[in-house]
Amino acid sequence: MAPLLGMSGIGKRFGATQALDDVSFELQAGRVMALIGENGAGKSTLMKVLSGACPADTGSMNVAGTPYRPIGPSSARDAGIAMIYQELNLAPDLSVEDNIMLGQEDQRWGLLSRGQQRPRVRQVLDRLGHPELRPDTPVGQLSVGAQQLVEIARALIGQARVIVFDEPTSSLAGQDVLRLFEVIRRLREDGIGVVYISHFLEEVRELCDDYTVLRDGQVAGTGVLEGTTEPEIVSMMVGRKVEELFPTVPHTAGDPVLHLEGLTGRATPRDIDLVLHRGEILGIAGLVGAGRTEMLRCLFGLDPVVSGTVRVGGIIRRPLPETMIQSGLALVSEDRKDEGLAQDRSLSDNITYSHLSPYTRFGLLNLGRRRHAVAECMQELAIKANSPEQSVAELSGGNQQKVALARVLHQDADVLLLDEPTRGIDVGTKAEVYRLVGEQAAAGKAVLFVSSYTPELLAVCDRVAVLARGQLQEIREASEWTEETLINCAIGSDGAAA
Amino acid sequence: MNTDRSRLSNLAWSLGPLLGLVVVSLIFGAIEHQVATDDGREPQFFTSQSVQVVLNHASLIGVAALGMTLIIIAGGIDLSAGTAIALTATVIAWIYREGFDGMADWRDTSPMLATLSLSALAVGGGVLTGCLCGFINGGLISLLRLVPFIVTLGTMTAFQGIGRTISGETPVRAYGKVPDAIASLQKPYPDPEWMLVSPGVWIMLILAAIVALALRYTVFGRHVFAIGSNESTARLCGINVVRTRILVYTLAGLFVGVAGLYQFTVLGGEGDPVSGLGLELKVIAAVVIGGGSLNGGRGSILGTLSGACIITVIQHGCVLIGVPDHYQDILIGLIIIAAVTIDQLRIRLQAN
Repeated sequence: MAPLLGMSGIGKRFGATQALDDVSFELQAGRVMALIGENGAGKSTLMKVLSGACPADTGSMNVAGTPYRPIGPSSARDAGIAMIYQELNLAPDLSVEDNIMLGQEDQRWGLLSRGQQRPRVRQVLDRLGHPELRPDTPVGQLSVGAQQLVEIARALIGQARVIVFDEPTSSLAGQDVLRLFEVIRRLREDGIGVVYISHFLEEVRELCDDYTVLRDGQVAGTGVLEGTTEPEIVSMMVGRKVEELFPTVPHTAGDPVLHLEGLTGRATPRDIDLVLHRGEILGIAGLVGAGRTEMLRCLFGLDPVVSGTVRVGGIIRRPLPETMIQSGLALVSEDRKDEGLAQDRSLSDNITYSHLSPYTRFGLLNLGRRRHAVAECMQELAIKANSPEQSVAELSGGNQQKVALARVLHQDADVLLLDEPTRGIDVGTKAEVYRLVGEQAAAGKAVLFVSSYTPELLAVCDRVAVLARGQLQEIREASEWTEETLINCAIGSDGAAA
Repeated sequence: MNTDRSRLSNLAWSLGPLLGLVVVSLIFGAIEHQVATDDGREPQFFTSQSVQVVLNHASLIGVAALGMTLIIIAGGIDLSAGTAIALTATVIAWIYREGFDGMADWRDTSPMLATLSLSALAVGGGVLTGCLCGFINGGLISLLRLVPFIVTLGTMTAFQGIGRTISGETPVRAYGKVPDAIASLQKPYPDPEWMLVSPGVWIMLILAAIVALALRYTVFGRHVFAIGSNESTARLCGINVVRTRILVYTLAGLFVGVAGLYQFTVLGGEGDPVSGLGLELKVIAAVVIGGGSLNGGRGSILGTLSGACIITVIQHGCVLIGVPDHYQDILIGLIIIAAVTIDQLRIRLQAN
């Protein structure tokens, strides 16, 4: 039987980089294929080739046996290929129905025929198992998870036979993830072929049937997931045996350095008491919206403190980023793109913004000296960039994250507030981040480590605190948690709290 | 290797507006040469007088555009620049007019000192007025957390109103009450010939050099770029965004003040509060033609000055060729669009 989607011998070169090299890929109808690979392995380029956003240099594609030569996004739609990107493509002010039908409206002489449209929309939502979505609701009022459903519904209206999901869970909370999986399973039963791109191997294992691993633009392995172990996949991804996914550096906790007493922000956090010690990595777990990010922002002075105190050395009366930085705190934002980094500025600028004083005399900068220091930083963290003056936007996600971390290290802060420091970066870089964090703890720094990725919390942190609805539920030694108890505590079920 | 090449291409692109200036000049020079020889006249475009006139004209827009460059790099905009220039010109004229009569006795006893004090008072007052306008803009934007476009749209009208309150019905005239040193600021052909260009041009060039160096070599300069590039990041890094922004607008006000002084002398010692409307668009155009991005984070002093010159070269060229000035407007409009298009192309090229 011809595969639903076949790509063979795909090659693509950008300047000096061979982004794709003789990649072949087959997807059967009614199967979910995981597309795995580190950042820069070629996943997005392959999907761009598939969607017609960029033409391949070599190779051929066919859909259900017929040759497929896309010349633009519309050819992909005509061939029944739909892409669901990480950043959703929706018009927030339009209704669910209008978004689903956007560009494929039922019309007669330019007039919408809602009478015809409405049943089709309802039918598709039924098919996805979500009849509760009302066609009239403006999409902007929906949760991210529900918005995703709207995109999927749009694909189905467009008669999609192949649906590509690009990191669909990276912005979803726990229940939304389960709901999405349920929908994808339904799609599979309907005979649709799904390509599922993800960094989370656990998810892949739970959801997918087959896998294809890309590395450096080539297929590093492909097969059926059943019977393939996680370390096998990881070693395909990184091209070497990863002895430990979570390298640790021995460190011991010392004196307390940061005290939170009744810290309360606008909505969250609520009444947080917490003590952080030197040489300690304290993990913060919780669902999306539990107030983890807000807690960091609050204590760093980015969001207002409504009541309670932050103590570093002395009590900080009115936390502001300026004063907190002077008190030895540093924060890595969860949102690399919009907050963490000034994308069009250079590595030099981004790394030194928070700590320009070493290069300053009478307000004048010594750019040469700064360049040297930044070059050293880059070497230390193995940041791959052409020069310190290259703009951050041109770097890969993993390298950008390293730049964000480099700033914190360059600042030589005592207390590191890391918000999802491994989000959206590949396994190899994750391991580097863990080692780095361990080294900082060993050097006597205190680390608050917020993460949605439970395995890393349990592996990297000394203690883990769980937040729910803005409140601190429980703090335990990491060894006293299991993934189950942690998640139960985060969703506030009694099983764990007891 | 790779680094050198990307640096080289960056350098080449940063010279783009300057290159644009050369191209525009060559085109107008060629056309004017043709037109003049057809009429049996001497071609005038490539003469030193021509250069003196163009630079002199460019200096008013140019000096105000220095401040606008700071604002635009910091991610803002200032629509009130034009009326603020007119307001400062009005204030200067008012101080000269009132002060001249008030100091009548003093002028009899020690004319030098009296004139000097009066000028210091007038120029200082004008520049201070500019700074105050900028401070008000920056303060309102920061305190009310409003978009700069809206705030300065409001102050644009307000500054004109304040100017008209000062002037009354007619423009404030200080003819004959202004010492030559001030009055000749915008005389295209300078008195001691060795100065080559008008004092106004020299002042602009000196200020431009200071701003360019400050943008590159001071902490403040880095902060300006940081805020315009990504305000959240700036906050995260402990940069005092409010203070920096107010400082940016106040500094820009200083340049508006200097431009107001130029405007005052261009009008021959008159302050007309309604003379500034529309000037702000030329100032913004100079920055944009020079590669400044209205999204913030990008812009350069060299580019801005080139942009100001491009605008005046077009005006001057059109006059020499005998093109009516409504065509100039069309041409300048097209140049703005072309400049931004080229810039977009550049970004796309560099992304690939």
